[in-house]
Amino acid sequence: MRLVVVGASLAGLRAAQAARAAGFEGKLTVVGDESHLPYTRPPLSKELLCGVQTPEQCALPHGSLDVQWRLGAAATGLDRAAHQVLLADGERIGYDRLVIATGCRARTWPGPELEGVVTLRDLDDALALRASLTSGARLLIVGAGFIGCEVAASARKRDVEVTVVDIAGQPMLPLGAELGARCARLHEEHGVDLRLGTGVSRLDLPQVELTDGTKLEADVVLMALGAIPNTEWLRDSGLELNPGVVCDATLTTTADPDVLAAGDLVSWPHPLARGELVRVEHWTVAAEHGQLAGRNALLARAERMPHDPPPYFWSDQYDVKIQAVGFPTAAERLEILELSPDGDRLVAVGAQDGQLVGVIAFNAAKRLAWYRRQLAGGPARMDQIRELVTADAGALGPPPVEVAG
Amino acid sequence: MKIHVDMNLCQSHGECVLVAPDVFDLGDDDVLVWQEDVPDDRRADMEAAVNACPMLAISIEE
Repeated sequence: MRLVVVGASLAGLRAAQAARAAGFEGKLTVVGDESHLPYTRPPLSKELLCGVQTPEQCALPHGSLDVQWRLGAAATGLDRAAHQVLLADGERIGYDRLVIATGCRARTWPGPELEGVVTLRDLDDALALRASLTSGARLLIVGAGFIGCEVAASARKRDVEVTVVDIAGQPMLPLGAELGARCARLHEEHGVDLRLGTGVSRLDLPQVELTDGTKLEADVVLMALGAIPNTEWLRDSGLELNPGVVCDATLTTTADPDVLAAGDLVSWPHPLARGELVRVEHWTVAAEHGQLAGRNALLARAERMPHDPPPYFWSDQYDVKIQAVGFPTAAERLEILELSPDGDRLVAVGAQDGQLVGVIAFNAAKRLAWYRRQLAGGPARMDQIRELVTADAGALGPPPVEVAG
Repeated sequence: MKIHVDMNLCQSHGECVLVAPDVFDLGDDDVLVWQEDVPDDRRADMEAAVNACPMLAISIEE
């Protein structure tokens, strides 16, 4: 059997490792469009950007893994009838089973490419951005999501002047209004000029104009506008795209049992989301997906296992570690259930029809792990969670009494 | 085998605790504690913990 993995980042590497660990002895090829061997991306907006980690420290170890690497080779098409992946250089690679792990790319600013206007997705982007973040440089970040906020925090550590603009009324939308407001205060306390509810109307560096009429100057502009799945190469493949790659619970594509997918581009039904299709762009899910898809690819369809752990994700901003599990954005509302007396550590929970669906913690790793275990055991009733937390001497403490209205 | 965790890298994500709760744990201060000497028959678990760590902080020393 020939196993081909397209995508040489975390999910692709884990798929290849899992296949070998499961005893696969056939030909294993990993195709990647970047020239680098697999590396981990979370430090690109944090430790690497601050200069505390080197690119070498971002390399994902793969030891003596027996694979044929085809790096610097973008996949341009998939011929399912012939069981072949088409590469940009014209080569065709035959497969018996295929794992698609081409991930996402950064969404760019509409219009022509502009000098000084950049995005952050891969190692080369991060090194270029780092070089421009010299003390006193003026950085404008468009988008106050994970990447925008993490880069803002990293840039402030390097004494860069930072302005963050977002059309939304708060940073970090998935955290909800209350935690989002905490996040906004955090950035302002660290000297970030945070401009919410406004967008960019004109870019002519160093001149920038915002939609509210404000004029400011910037040396570098980071577009942190989210990510788009890299699925264009599959357009004519007949696979179901939405624009992610639509799979069943076992990460098998709905159209073809010989083709599986893993990582940021997978759209799959998750039990904690009531079986609705979800797509998650976070490290742990990519790692778990890769591992599962690599194993499942070797099995007959009926023997494949589902991916059902609650997604875990995190963000580090200044001295605050934000961690989350499940689907907090699916909750009817987020409620702070635990709050330390000094207010610096907290746990917020979100329920849907009385069932816990998502949890967010600030500086409370052990507590978050406890909630994660509750969510992993299937549906958890919110009233039971509340009782358990109230009775738990290890909890951070109850929140202040809620003010009516 | 010996388990090494680079505490300059560890960010208390707790992935290793999920994989092997008898070897890794988070203290009440959220700092990771772990058992350094692990029997060789736990190799598969320890390799899973190494791969699960988002900070690439865990390594196995023979």
